[in-house]
Amino acid sequence: MTTQPIIRFEGVTKRYSDDATVLDNISFEMERGKFYTLLGPSGCGKTTILRLIAGFIEPTDGRILFNGKNINDVPPNERQVNTVFQDYALFPHLNVFENVAFGLRIKKVKQAEVKKRVGEALKFVNLEGYENREISEMSGGQRQRVAIARAIVNDPEIILLDEPLSALDLKLRTEMQYELRELQQRLGKTFIFVTHDQEEALAMSDEIFVMNAGKIVQSGTPIDIYDEPINRFVADFIGESNIVDGVMIRDRLVRFAGKEFECVDAGLDPNEKIEVVIRPEDLEITSSEKGKLVVSVDTQLFRGVHYELSTYDKDGNEWLVHSTRKAQVGDEIGLDFDAEAIHVMRLNETEEDFDRRLESYEVTGYAE
Amino acid sequence: MQSKAARAFYLIPYGAWILLFVIAPIALVGYYSLFDLDGGFTLGNYRNFFSSIYLRLTLSSFWYAFLITLFSLVISYPTAYFLTKTKHKQLWLLLIIIPSWINLLLKTYAFIGIFGQYGPINAFFAAIGIGHRQLLFTDFSFVFVSVYIFIPFMILPIFNAIDRLNPALIDASRDLGANSWTTFRRVILPLTMNGVKSGIQVTFIPALSLFMITRLIAGNKVITLGTAIEQQFLVTQNWGMGSTIAVFLILFMFIIMLFTEQREKGGSGHGKNR
Repeated sequence: MTTQPIIRFEGVTKRYSDDATVLDNISFEMERGKFYTLLGPSGCGKTTILRLIAGFIEPTDGRILFNGKNINDVPPNERQVNTVFQDYALFPHLNVFENVAFGLRIKKVKQAEVKKRVGEALKFVNLEGYENREISEMSGGQRQRVAIARAIVNDPEIILLDEPLSALDLKLRTEMQYELRELQQRLGKTFIFVTHDQEEALAMSDEIFVMNAGKIVQSGTPIDIYDEPINRFVADFIGESNIVDGVMIRDRLVRFAGKEFECVDAGLDPNEKIEVVIRPEDLEITSSEKGKLVVSVDTQLFRGVHYELSTYDKDGNEWLVHSTRKAQVGDEIGLDFDAEAIHVMRLNETEEDFDRRLESYEVTGYAE
Repeated sequence: MQSKAARAFYLIPYGAWILLFVIAPIALVGYYSLFDLDGGFTLGNYRNFFSSIYLRLTLSSFWYAFLITLFSLVISYPTAYFLTKTKHKQLWLLLIIIPSWINLLLKTYAFIGIFGQYGPINAFFAAIGIGHRQLLFTDFSFVFVSVYIFIPFMILPIFNAIDRLNPALIDASRDLGANSWTTFRRVILPLTMNGVKSGIQVTFIPALSLFMITRLIAGNKVITLGTAIEQQFLVTQNWGMGSTIAVFLILFMFIIMLFTEQREKGGSGHGKNR
C-alpha cells in the first residue's frame, strides 16, 4: 500500500508585491494523520503556508496538491480543511451552539443531526452544557475550545491551527498543549500547527518544519531537530545553545576553543571551518583540573529546576551551563562533556546534503 | 472623590440645554397644539389630524421618506463596503463626507441650476436628441436631491460598522463552507446591522420633515409633514394645527427610534462583559 501525502507543495512561491517574497519556492509533503508544526519567527512565512492550504490566498507560483489533486483554484469553502484562528474568530452574534453548528447549517444538515454532532463536538472539548452561552460570556480557554469544536464538527481531513495558544496564559497554554496532542491522537486527523514557540513545537509535534525568511530551513522530528540542528539559526531558535567557531581536523576530531576534541561527526573536508553547538544541559561542572574546558563563572541565575550559569573561557567565548549544582560567581571551574554532546554544523549546508551526510556517517558509525 | 456640589456644577450646562432646547420647546409645541385659530382651548386639532387630508399627507410623507432611505441605503451599503477595502479609505470617505459640510440651501440651489430648463442635463438631452425634459418640480428630482443630501449620513455609520468587522470572521465563514453570498447574509450583514440602523435613523427621521427641498426642487408638488408644518405656521398662521402635526412628528420619531434600537449583541459596539 502506498500512502499518498495529504498535502504536497511543489515549488510554491508567494509574492505580495515585487519586493516582498513571503514564501520562496517551497516544496514539502505531509502525511495523513500526523501532527505537523510550522515553527519560525514572525514574518517567516509560516502563517502564509497555512492560509495557502486553507485557500484564503493563492500561490504566485507552484502547485498545492491535496490528496494528489491540484487545489490552487479551489475556493476555501470547497476545501476539506478547517481552521482554528489565532483570535478564534468566533461569531459574536451567535451563541456557542450556533457557532459550532455554523458549518453544518451551511451544508443544510437536518436539525436532529446538527444537534447530535454539535453535542458530540462540544463533549469532545469538554464544553457540555455551554450550548446556550454567548461568546462574550466565555473565557479565553473556553473560546479556544469552541473554536476547536467548530472546526472538528465538520469532520475535515486537515485541521489548521494558527498560533491558537498565544493568547492564553502560561498554565492554560501548557494544559492546552496536552489536550491538543491528545485530541489529535483521538481524532487521527492531520493537524498543522503554526507557532513561534519552540517549546510548544517540541512538545506536541510528530514533525517540525523550522522556517526562516520564506524558506524551510530544516524539517524532522522534534528530537532530530533539537539534537542535530542544521545551522546556527535552528540551533539558536530551538532551545538554548552554545555556538562557537571551530575547525574540523579530520573525521571525528574537531578543534575549537583552542583545543582538540573527539567527536562523532564525520564526512567533512579536512581543516574545514565549521560551527560547533553544545547544549547547556550537556555541560557538566567539574574541577578546573578535570574539565575539558576551563571557564570562569560570570553570572548565575536560579531557574527553578536548574541553575543557569553564564561562563567565559579565556578566548572570550561564552558558555551557557544548565546545572543542578551550584557554583561561585568569579570562580574558575571545569566543564566536562561527552563526545556525543558536540554537534558540528557545516556553514551553508542545504538540508539534502545535511541529511545525506548524517546518514552516511551514522551507518559507518554503527558498523564500528 | 468629587463633592456633590461639584457634580451639580458640572450638571448645569447639560441641564440648561435639556431644559431650554428640549423640554421647553416640546412643552410649548404640546401647549400650542391645544388651541384653535381664535385662541380657544380645543382638541379639534387632533381630531383634524385624523381626517383624510392629514392622514394622506402623513402617508405620503412616510412613503417619500421610505423611498429616500431605501435608495440611500442601496447606494450607501455597497459604497461603504467598497471604501473599507480601498487603500486610503479615510481619504475616500472624507471626500464623500466633505459636501455634507456645505450649507444645505446652497447645494439645493445648485440643483435648481443643474436640473433647470437651461441646465447642463437638459443641454445634454438636447445634444443627444432627446429634447428638453421637465426635471425640476418632479418626484424624481425631489427623491434624487434628497438621496444626494442624505448619502453621507448613511455611509458614515455603515462604513464604521464594516470597518470594525474583524476580517478573520469572514475567513472563518468561508473556511466553514460558506460562499461569498452566504457569508454576507449570515455574518457580514448581521454584524453591521447596527450601522445600518443608525444610518436609517439619521436618514428616515429628517426625511420625514424635509420642507425646503420640497419647495425648491419639488415645487411644492410633494407635501410632507415638514412642509405642512411650515405652511400652517407661516401661511395660514394656524399655530395650533402646525403644533399638532409637530406633536405627531415627534411621536413618529420616538416610534422609529424604538424600532431601530441598537441591541447589545453584535460585532460593533461590543462593550459588555470584561
